[in-house]
Amino acid sequence: MPFALSADRERELTEILSRYPTKMAATLPALHLMQEQEGWVSEEMMIWLAHKLDVSPAHVRGVVTFYPLFNQEPVGKHQVWVCRTLPCALRGAGDVIKHCEKKLGVHVGHTTKDGKITLRTAECLASCGTAPMMQVDKEYHENLTTERIDQILEKLQRD
Amino acid sequence: MIKTCNHLTKHYGKPNGWSLDAYEREGGYKAARRVLTEMTREQVTDEAKKANIRGRGGAGFPMGVKWSFMPKQAPAGKPMYLAVNADESEPGTHKDRTIMEENPHSVVEGCIIACYGIGANKAWIYVRDELHLARERLWAAIKEAKQKGYLGANPFGKAYPIDIVVHTGGGTYICGEETAMLNSLEGKRGEPRLKPPFPAQAGAFGMPTTVNNLETIAIVPTAFEMGCDKFSQQSALHDLKDGGCRLYGVNGHVKKPQVIELAVGVTMRELIYDIGGGVTGDREILGVIPGGSSTPVLLPTETIHAPDEKSPLHRFHGVNVLDVPLGVDTMRIAGTMLGTCCVTVMAVGTCPVLAMENLMQFYRHESCGQCTPCREGSAWLKRVVTKILDGESSMEELNELHDIANSIMGNTICAFGEGTAMPAMAFLKKYRKDFEKYVRGEKTRKDARLTVT
Repeated sequence: MPFALSADRERELTEILSRYPTKMAATLPALHLMQEQEGWVSEEMMIWLAHKLDVSPAHVRGVVTFYPLFNQEPVGKHQVWVCRTLPCALRGAGDVIKHCEKKLGVHVGHTTKDGKITLRTAECLASCGTAPMMQVDKEYHENLTTERIDQILEKLQRD
Repeated sequence: MIKTCNHLTKHYGKPNGWSLDAYEREGGYKAARRVLTEMTREQVTDEAKKANIRGRGGAGFPMGVKWSFMPKQAPAGKPMYLAVNADESEPGTHKDRTIMEENPHSVVEGCIIACYGIGANKAWIYVRDELHLARERLWAAIKEAKQKGYLGANPFGKAYPIDIVVHTGGGTYICGEETAMLNSLEGKRGEPRLKPPFPAQAGAFGMPTTVNNLETIAIVPTAFEMGCDKFSQQSALHDLKDGGCRLYGVNGHVKKPQVIELAVGVTMRELIYDIGGGVTGDREILGVIPGGSSTPVLLPTETIHAPDEKSPLHRFHGVNVLDVPLGVDTMRIAGTMLGTCCVTVMAVGTCPVLAMENLMQFYRHESCGQCTPCREGSAWLKRVVTKILDGESSMEELNELHDIANSIMGNTICAFGEGTAMPAMAFLKKYRKDFEKYVRGEKTRKDARLTVT
């Protein structure tokens, strides 16, 4: 089936376009909207957006490949990002990452076999005062302990 | 000297502290109302200069002076803009997020005053994508302010339309660089632009634009409510034109990591021991990074070198770096930068080589790739430090590291290059012996730790 935005998101995109003096400026917010629906951004979606915004597909492709938060291939249902950068690392992020890998049975950068969880590391998530921390989908989990991580991951596994 | 303030933090942790009701109960929006109804644009910029607010994003440029760079008249029929930088992504920096989540109305009110002061009718707030709650709170605050008539066509009854839009990034540190941020706002790859033209001449969408850090904007209402001169005088460095109060952070190996609002002039020792509760395990300090990973690390034994008696900084000559008031100029003379003054503490027991590898991995990942010295240099630095840790390097290669870092300096479009090279050179110079131990095989990666107990 060819790509289309849901009616709600289509309305939201119209609203987004009204905020900016150029259509091109809606590239990032539109990509977020599309990824929210599909979980990733395919070549077909990029071309769809290029037509929508009157920009070249190369422009959209350039943007998608520049920003690491756009997934260029399908990912798990849930996204787990563990901050690995120095302030978190000083407070045990290394062990958090190892624990997540063991618990989920996947290496960083991979998705669990059941397609539920993609585990990745993040570069500083601006939460150094509450380290170590991880982001699960849109939510921050701070001051992590092994027990907390287990609770969080088990809840995702059950979902 | 520790002087706690709660201008921004008074709403933190309170139920619905982020709501308009809570904000107005504490005197919110009075400053914006007075500015719009009683002051002219020139009076606003003149007053703003007296606050001596040094940009809170890291560079420390005086906010009021920046405001005055905007054209007196907008180019015929063209808009002018305010762009607020909330792409907070530098390792060690964790202050802006708290403002957006806990006190978003201070940002909205700051935008109103700033827009009026610089002659803009629209503010863009660029928030990194990861901060979903922060964006939600900002949008909610904007909606509340619109309903009250504080934003829109006639804010506070004045025929001066003001609108605010929250924009989302895509997970790149480089978009915190002001011109990269503007490109990203325009829907492009976040690659920094050559300057000139500066944003005040040609910024967002080619229009005159003032770019300010989010904390800078958030504190503006407080300064105008107090009176900008009085606001500045809270600071121990008022005479150095480094005024007011700001959010300080302390993280890494301390017992109580946190963000706290203090008058400018607290020392690093006070921040670590009195605020942060001391070093983890009561250990000695190995090094401190004063304000984000791009600010060169300081050893606890370093002192300030300011022998010129005519310099206003001479009063700190010979003082230990942990005992000088944390300010833009005092940190510069200490050979580092204040940055965002969120201090990262590393205790004795931390492996500085591993710490440098961690940071270089960050810079390699985040270099936008436009300039060869930065793209190749950051990857090269990471590669060699990894080789050193894995015992596969040589003294020649260790010596080369300094040259690699040095070749990035001054050879790139934006300051990311320096931001990578300066901390690298500081680590190499100050922990040289540790690097040598790995090269000689006296230590291996198995010995390297970042955590302490």
